[in-house]
Amino acid sequence: MPVKAQARSHTLMKSSMGDKVFYALNYLFLGLMALIILYPIYFIIIASISDPDAVLAGEVVLYPVKVTLSGFQKILERSDVWRGYLNTIIYTVLTVILSLIVTVPAGWALSRRTLLGKKFWMIYFIIPMFFGGGLIPFYNVMNSLHLVNTMWAVILPSILSVWNLFMTRTFFESSIPDGLVEAAKIDGAGEWRIFTSLVIPLSKAILAVMALYYAVGQWNSYFNAMIFLQDENLYPLQLVLKEILIASESTMGGSGETILEQYRLANQIKYVSVIVSSAPVICLYPFVQKYFAQGVMIGSLKG
Amino acid sequence: MAKNKNASSAAVLPKGATLGGSRWKRLRQSCPWLVMLFPAVLVVFLFNYLPIYGVLIAFQDFMPGDQIIGPYTHWVGFDNFIRFFNDVQFWPLMKNTFLLCIIGFVIGFPLPIIIALALNALKGKRTAKVLQTIFTAPHFISLVVLVGMLTLFFGRYGLVNNIIAGIGGERVSYFLESSAFRPMYILSSNWQDFGWSAIIYIAALSNVDPGLHEAAILDGASRFQRVLHVDLPAIMPMVSVMLIMSIGGLMGVGYEKALLMQTDGNLGVSELIATYVYKQGLTGVPDQAYATAIGLFNSIINVVLLIIANTTSKKFSENSLF
Repeated sequence: MPVKAQARSHTLMKSSMGDKVFYALNYLFLGLMALIILYPIYFIIIASISDPDAVLAGEVVLYPVKVTLSGFQKILERSDVWRGYLNTIIYTVLTVILSLIVTVPAGWALSRRTLLGKKFWMIYFIIPMFFGGGLIPFYNVMNSLHLVNTMWAVILPSILSVWNLFMTRTFFESSIPDGLVEAAKIDGAGEWRIFTSLVIPLSKAILAVMALYYAVGQWNSYFNAMIFLQDENLYPLQLVLKEILIASESTMGGSGETILEQYRLANQIKYVSVIVSSAPVICLYPFVQKYFAQGVMIGSLKG
Repeated sequence: MAKNKNASSAAVLPKGATLGGSRWKRLRQSCPWLVMLFPAVLVVFLFNYLPIYGVLIAFQDFMPGDQIIGPYTHWVGFDNFIRFFNDVQFWPLMKNTFLLCIIGFVIGFPLPIIIALALNALKGKRTAKVLQTIFTAPHFISLVVLVGMLTLFFGRYGLVNNIIAGIGGERVSYFLESSAFRPMYILSSNWQDFGWSAIIYIAALSNVDPGLHEAAILDGASRFQRVLHVDLPAIMPMVSVMLIMSIGGLMGVGYEKALLMQTDGNLGVSELIATYVYKQGLTGVPDQAYATAIGLFNSIINVVLLIIANTTSKKFSENSLF
C-alpha cells in the first residue's frame, strides 16, 4: 500500500509540470474568448454614452469620451420605438401565457405511458421538426385564416415549439415519480386533479424554463412580423429596430462626406437602441441563466 | 389529422368493449390526456400540417387567390422544378447556400466542444461558472441587433475601419464587399452561439464518472491526456447526435440573418435558396408556385441529408436519432 501511494504521489509530481502549462494555456484561451465576447458589448455601452463625434473620430476605444446622455434623450422622443416596445411586451406576455397553456398539459399527456395512440402522437409531433411546407404555403395558410396584419399572426405560430414540448415531456418522465401519481389515484384524485394539484406545483422549474424560452424567442423575433404585418402601429420592437439599425449602406450612396454626415446623425441612436432593446433580456439573464441551462440539460437527458 | 384520430378512437370503442374491459378502460383513462393534448395537436395541425398540404401548389400553375384543389386547378407536374434547375440563379444559389453552411459548420461545430472541454478542465468551478455565464450571454441578443452591431463595427466609419485608418490603411465598406460577407456571417454566428451550444456538452461532461479520472491519474495521465482519453470519449454519443441534427438542418439555417445582412454589393454571395424563396414568393410580383417549388426542393435536400447522416452514424457507431 505505501509503495502504491508513493508511486501515486510520484506520478502526480511528475505530471504536475505539464499540467501547469496546460492549466495556464487553458486559462489564457478561455480568457481570450471571454474578451472577444465582452469587448463588443462593452464598446456598444461606452459608445452610447460618449460624444457621437468622438465615437466617429475613433477616439472611443477603451473608455467613454465626453460622457453625454443625449442619445438616450433622443430615443425617448421617438414614439415608434416606444410603440414597438409596448407591442413587443404585449406579444411576449400573450405568447408566454398561451404557450404554457398549450405546451405543459400536452407534455404531461405525452409523458403518460398508457396514453392512447402514444406512438402515433409522437410521430405526429416529430415530423414537423424535420419537414415543413416552407414559407409560401405557411403564408397562404395564415392568409386564409385571416391572421395577416393582425397581432395574432405574430403570436399564434410561436405558441408551440415541438422542441419545447418534448423537453417538457422528458422533464415529466424523469422527475415526477410514478408512485406519487399512483398514490394520488388511490386517494381518489382524477387525472385533472392530479395534473393541477400534484404535477404543476412540482414543475415550477420546467414552467420557468418554458416561459423564458418562449419569451426570449418572441422578444427577439422579427421575421414573422416583417412578412405578416403591414400596419406600422402593430410593429414589434425588432422591426422598428431593423429600420433604425440596418439602413443598408448601399442605400446611402453618394460621396464619403454625405455618408459621414448620415453616420453622425444615425450612429448614436443606433448604439442607444441596441442597449435599450437588449437591456431587459441581458439584465435578466444572469439571474435566470440557471433555468436556461437547466432547459438544455433536460433536453439532453433524452439524447 | 386531428379529425382522423377522433374517428379512429371512436371506432375502437365498441370493439374494445366486446373484447373485454382493458381497451375500453384505456380509452376512458386516456380521455383527459387527449383533451390536454388537443391544443398542441391543433396548433401543429394549423401551422405545420396545413402548410405541408399547401406544398401541392408547387406542382400547379398557382396564382394567389386560387384554390389549392378546385375545379380550375391546373397541374403542371414538375415544370416549376425544371424551371428552377434552368434558372441562371440555380448554381449560384446552390453554391452560396452550401458554402455558407459548410464553412459555418466546419468552424461552428467543433468550437462548442472545445469550449466545453476547456471549461470542464478548469480547476476553479466558480471561474468556470462565471465564464460560462459570459459565453452564453450573446445568445440572447436578437438577430436584428446582432446585424446592427455588425454594421456599427464594420461600417465605413465603424470601429474596425477607424483602427485601419488609424494605422494608415484604406477604409473598406465591408457590407458592400462580397468577400467579407461569409467571414462576417460565420464569425458573428459563432460569437453569438458557441457558449450556448457548449451547454449541452458541459452537461454531458458533468456526468463523467470521477472514478475514470482517478484511474487515469493512477496510470500517470496528465490533465491534457485525460481530456483526450476520458472527457472526449464520454461526450462522443452526444457529439454524434448533435452532428446528425446539424447535418439535417444544414441547408435550413440562417436565412433570416442573411436577409438582414444583404446589400446590393454582397448579393452575389449572400443570396441563399431560402432568401430567394422569400423574394420570389412574397415580394415584388409574387410567383408563389415557383417559390414553393424551390422551398420544397430545399426541404427535400435537408431530409435526404438527415437520413444519410443518420444511417451513416448508425453504421459506424451505435448512435442514431431514429
